[in-house]
Amino acid sequence: MKKVIAFLCNWCSYAGADLAGVSRFQYPPITRTIRVPCSGRVNPLYLFKALYEGADAVWVSGCHPGDCHYQTGNYYARRRFAIFNALMEYVGFEKGRVFFSWISASEGKKFAETVKHIKEEVEKLPPRQKFLREND
Amino acid sequence: MIERIREEARKAFEEGKIEILIGFGRGTLRATPIFIEKKEDVDKLIWDDTCWINLATYLRRFRGKKTGIVAKGCDARSVVALIAEKQLKREDVYIIGVPCQGMKNEKGEEFLSCRYCEYPTPPVYDVLVGEKREGKKENYPDVSEFESMPPEKRWEFFSEEAKKCIRCYACREACPMCYCEECFVDSLDPRWLEPGLSLSSLQFWHLVRAYHQAGRCSDCGACERACPMDVKILYLTRKLNKEVRELFGFVTGLDPEALPPLGTYSTEDKEEFIL
Repeated sequence: MKKVIAFLCNWCSYAGADLAGVSRFQYPPITRTIRVPCSGRVNPLYLFKALYEGADAVWVSGCHPGDCHYQTGNYYARRRFAIFNALMEYVGFEKGRVFFSWISASEGKKFAETVKHIKEEVEKLPPRQKFLREND
Repeated sequence: MIERIREEARKAFEEGKIEILIGFGRGTLRATPIFIEKKEDVDKLIWDDTCWINLATYLRRFRGKKTGIVAKGCDARSVVALIAEKQLKREDVYIIGVPCQGMKNEKGEEFLSCRYCEYPTPPVYDVLVGEKREGKKENYPDVSEFESMPPEKRWEFFSEEAKKCIRCYACREACPMCYCEECFVDSLDPRWLEPGLSLSSLQFWHLVRAYHQAGRCSDCGACERACPMDVKILYLTRKLNKEVRELFGFVTGLDPEALPPLGTYSTEDKEEFIL
């Protein structure tokens, strides 16, 4: 089973995941969720670290632009992750292992769909080989 | 040029504008940083093709003192970036700007960062020594060339370069923007990165170091020159400079009032990559 580390913001995406569960939308059990106060709380170092420790993919999800509980956190996050993406692609790290999304508390359906989408993308790729922690 | 720098330095001491001056003196192999506290010592100052250390690295040591700095274009931009990040006060720094002729290595070859230099003349200064020099139009030809290679080749290059690293952190020490009290690689709790020289841990260091420079690097190239193993570093930092310029329209070190690009946002930022 693939493992995807999901950083979900407390106010939107985490609640969206909750709604997906309450609504009984089926989605594959590939995510390991880490609840964060805001997508702006996610240090890009966490993403490097998660991939380094062997996650098949990392996923950050926050509130839609304009809906952030702290007004602007997701705007900062958007800039950070644009740079993160650019850097990883530039050095030749495979595409399809880093995901970002905006999912609101009312989008249980979108949450389930997004997990399915991520699973499909990750399963297209061979097992992780690059940028993996070696035993010490 | 050297005479003019000494003259301006002497004047700044006499007028009480500075208590200490960071400049270049004669070293064994190349120009070396010197710290002058008396105006009688200004004759130790020199200027030549080997003044390639970024003197802004030393500025934070003298916080609270009126500090003068002999700065070429990239040094001055680092000073501005430090001011923008509230590490220094503009009024505490006295910038003696020197339009830079381009720096050379021991073999007399011009450095990569100088070949593409866009701002040889400091964009911000208190006094300028000599005639302004025009820079080249920056369009990152080296970065575009790297981008055009297939991903596997890029990964191979990145791995080969990272493999040479011995994790001495000379690049970090040479960089004016690497001023964290505790670097992420030194942190034991959380321990982001274990010690050792495995390929992936070296890649981790190179990726995160480059990432931390996004929107802050003035492209001085001091990190690459400080490297004892000749690891190429600039292709990473220059890529992020290019990216920051294209995505956010930001160039580091031109305006001390401007917020660093990752410390601000625009509601109009692109988001095609977001699901």
